[in-house]
Amino acid sequence: MGLPLRILARLLAGALALSVCSVAGLAQQADGPVAGPEDPRWQAVLDEARGQTVYFNGWGGSDRINDYVAWAAGRVADLYGIEVVHVRVGDAAEVVSRVLAERTAGRAEGGSVDLVWINGENFAAMKENGLLGAPFTDLLPNFRFVDTAARPTTVVDFGVPTDGLESPWGMAQLVFLYDTARTPDPPRSIPALLDWAAAHPGRFAYPQPPDFHGSTFLKQALIALVDDPAVLQHPVEEADFAAVTAPLWAYLDALHPNLWRGGTAFPQAGPQLIGLLDDGEIDIAFNFNPSEASAAIANGQLPDTVRTYVLEGGTIANTHFLAIPFNASARAGAMVFADFLLSPEAQLRKMDPEIWGDPTVLAYDRLPEDWRARFEALPLGIATLSADELGTPLMEPHPSWMTALEAEWQRRYGS
Amino acid sequence: MATPLRELTPDTTTAPPARRGWLAVVPWATLAVFLGPVVLGLIGTVLPAFGYLPALGGNGLSLDAWERLAATPGLAGSLRLSAVSGLAATALSLIIALGVLAAGHGTRPFAWVERLLAPLLAIPHAAMALGLAFLLAASGWGVRLLHGLGGLAGLEVFASPPLYAPLQDADGIALILGLVVKETPFLVLMGLAGLGQVDAARLLAAARALGYGRIAAWAKVVLPQLYPLIRLPLYAVLAFSVSVVDVALILGPGTPPPLAVQILRWFNDPDLSLRFVASAGACLQLALVVALVGLWRLAELAVARLSHPWLTNGRRGTAGPLAGPLIGPLIGSWARAAGVVGWAAVAGTSAAAMLAVAIWSVAWRWRFPDLLPSAVTLDTWARGLALLAEPLAITVLVAALASAVAVALTLGCLEYEDRAGIRPSTRALWLLYTPLLVPQIAFLFGIQVLLVLLRLDGTLAALVWSHLLFVLPYVFLTLADPWRALDRRYARAALCLGARPRAVFWRIKLPMLLRPILFAAAVGVAVSVAQYLPTLFAGAGRYATLTTEAVGQASGADRRTIGVTAVAQMAVPLLGFALALAIPALAFRRRRGVA
Repeated sequence: MGLPLRILARLLAGALALSVCSVAGLAQQADGPVAGPEDPRWQAVLDEARGQTVYFNGWGGSDRINDYVAWAAGRVADLYGIEVVHVRVGDAAEVVSRVLAERTAGRAEGGSVDLVWINGENFAAMKENGLLGAPFTDLLPNFRFVDTAARPTTVVDFGVPTDGLESPWGMAQLVFLYDTARTPDPPRSIPALLDWAAAHPGRFAYPQPPDFHGSTFLKQALIALVDDPAVLQHPVEEADFAAVTAPLWAYLDALHPNLWRGGTAFPQAGPQLIGLLDDGEIDIAFNFNPSEASAAIANGQLPDTVRTYVLEGGTIANTHFLAIPFNASARAGAMVFADFLLSPEAQLRKMDPEIWGDPTVLAYDRLPEDWRARFEALPLGIATLSADELGTPLMEPHPSWMTALEAEWQRRYGS
Repeated sequence: MATPLRELTPDTTTAPPARRGWLAVVPWATLAVFLGPVVLGLIGTVLPAFGYLPALGGNGLSLDAWERLAATPGLAGSLRLSAVSGLAATALSLIIALGVLAAGHGTRPFAWVERLLAPLLAIPHAAMALGLAFLLAASGWGVRLLHGLGGLAGLEVFASPPLYAPLQDADGIALILGLVVKETPFLVLMGLAGLGQVDAARLLAAARALGYGRIAAWAKVVLPQLYPLIRLPLYAVLAFSVSVVDVALILGPGTPPPLAVQILRWFNDPDLSLRFVASAGACLQLALVVALVGLWRLAELAVARLSHPWLTNGRRGTAGPLAGPLIGPLIGSWARAAGVVGWAAVAGTSAAAMLAVAIWSVAWRWRFPDLLPSAVTLDTWARGLALLAEPLAITVLVAALASAVAVALTLGCLEYEDRAGIRPSTRALWLLYTPLLVPQIAFLFGIQVLLVLLRLDGTLAALVWSHLLFVLPYVFLTLADPWRALDRRYARAALCLGARPRAVFWRIKLPMLLRPILFAAAVGVAVSVAQYLPTLFAGAGRYATLTTEAVGQASGADRRTIGVTAVAQMAVPLLGFALALAIPALAFRRRRGVA
């Protein structure tokens, strides 16, 4: 399994190092229009990728996602002769940690991570610390289908420009879940949620920040409570943090006594909310995947009376990405896999709620006619909102806000 | 008989050093395999704590990290939680273990305690914690049972899950419970080995013959001799409980979390400057363990001092003016009852937790307040096994290799002892225990950097070796006593008959000790399967084992998948123990005396 491959990989290391450099150089020259499949530079990447093993590091907490990655790995093996190994991690931060350990030891090539599933503060940390290599997305033939116009989050990750260092993979938007059989009239705004919780103590929970769903709830509440949400788009240093966030802490002080377990314990991870909702420990849950509820119903994790909704004024949306560390061993293979995951074939399958249910990053109107029709015909599931119902998404605040909010939350409630 | 006379020399202790040959290297090699990395790992952790980590721009020495650590909100709470839950779990485990040994050792029902030991030891910590979480949750089995019982009585108890539950509670009660359930069987095992060494049965018989009651005989004669033998395992339990990560992640509170969990969060934080704080925290964790072990030692001395008059007053009952309150609670008859009840609770809780996990693995819909799933399926298993095939293979491979190497090294050391006629000093035993006494979190990051420097990270060898650090001490502890207890006259007789030491080893000792050797190997497999942090750090993510999968899945929602992984995770060590029992029975089916 691993060992012979590692030895093989090391034997090839010399040859590889040279070619990785050449690909990096090519990518940097790519200022012109986005490459097409017939671009000779892309052909060079394909040639180099053949036979490579790509270690794809991504969150492995969901069967459906793991199944999907296994399918994609099979496809690129057939199409391009690349072996993809899915390294299932608990959190992308672990991967950042590992790449850092490698740089600590001076390993500038032959790293253990070829492609990492990432966004937000993890991307910001890697970019800031120079743990990512050269830009590569302009080389990917399928990048031209990406909806960079209507979905600006595909090129600006939590306010940080991606600069071609990560390739968009899927979309996320915060939706709230409730069981129509138990809660006919759920609260539809952040202030209404506070009143509802006072009337139904113990029936709402949010995961403990810095869990990503928990931090998202803080940001959603902040956007709703702040006077001028525009300040959140700039680094937190440019604003008066205490004054801007004062309404949020007042809100949480009032909300916490009426939370699940009286606010003395918090769920440790976002997906736990699904289990708590199913068992009736809570009546309102939320998730970053708009089709998670439909998938959970189909999967026997929720009753079929569960539905989703978004808050008045919209909910936070973002994009998740794939990035290549500076010392990747199989940079070309990683680019080919990232490109395949952007293809209409892979994106359509990913969006199918029976498979994964992750919304596409592609623009329908940029797709060839037959693919557009197939996307439009895809049934989204009984609890999934249409694009219209999802409404206008809210932009993520700059990542520095998230870090500051988490630290302040920790100081106030985490100790 | 053409054998030279020298070969007949029966007393191996007089064998000249030259003939020990390569075997003499084994103890040193064992220590090197072991202590080198711990020391280097500690250095790799201590340097960043004082500001030295060039990759992050830390080139000089500074105390910044310590200042930031001290300013961490909730640090005092984390420290207190770690200390209290660690001490409480250790004390409770000790009381239950001593209680059940005092109450039962040498009696017929005790066979049941011994029979339960292997499966209880085999259950990996993470699987146990996941099962326990379902028992304790507000919508868990406990509350469902109360709801069902209320229903039988015509009462509406817990129509919906209650607002409070003893899970991830701020006092760490669930965490303590989870630790006690896992550590008590280990202490009973160590206690059993100790009782064999002090020949407790004969001591008790002698004391009883002198008119001491059963309890008094136990407390005055056996316990003072037994305790020193289980002291090191007890310290290992204390160190583990104070710095545990995987159990604490699942059962412990989060606001604030125990110190070790907080440190792991810092290590994994995207804000890389927190690495320095994490390193300082890891040093603090080590200091906490050292301080608590010291505290425990002081308490031991105080108890020994204060109970001395009582131990030697010659009274045949347990009563005594001073010792009554001190040692009485530890060995009094109610404590024995507590031991028996505690043991029943430990075994019952483990069984219920494992049953819950197994039922989840075949459940389709299992909502509150149903006691059993309303619909079952094998789909989760079908899908789970496909995804788990590779982690399963790696788990088995690594466990088998680590256990085999550990058994080989242990046998080499023990055989060297025999031939050189030496006994390891207490100090050597402390060295052996080092990886168990130093908190994993304190040296694993350093080891990771070391492995990356040597370009060994993410190799199978590094992974096996990182497991070996923890497998070897347990294998050595399990095997040393039966080995030393083997009647030396067998070996001597063989030598007298002209057999060379090598032949004695292969043809006398190994077959006679096959059962304990295989049992030790099974213990090694169980320890390897349970390793979480070492797999994470040394495997570089290239190697997923059932344990990393289980802890990874704990952050997902689907308890059914978690059930499949946890059952698979339990199955490997259980299979190991089953083989350890079956092989000698098969191999010696015609030689009943050996098997």
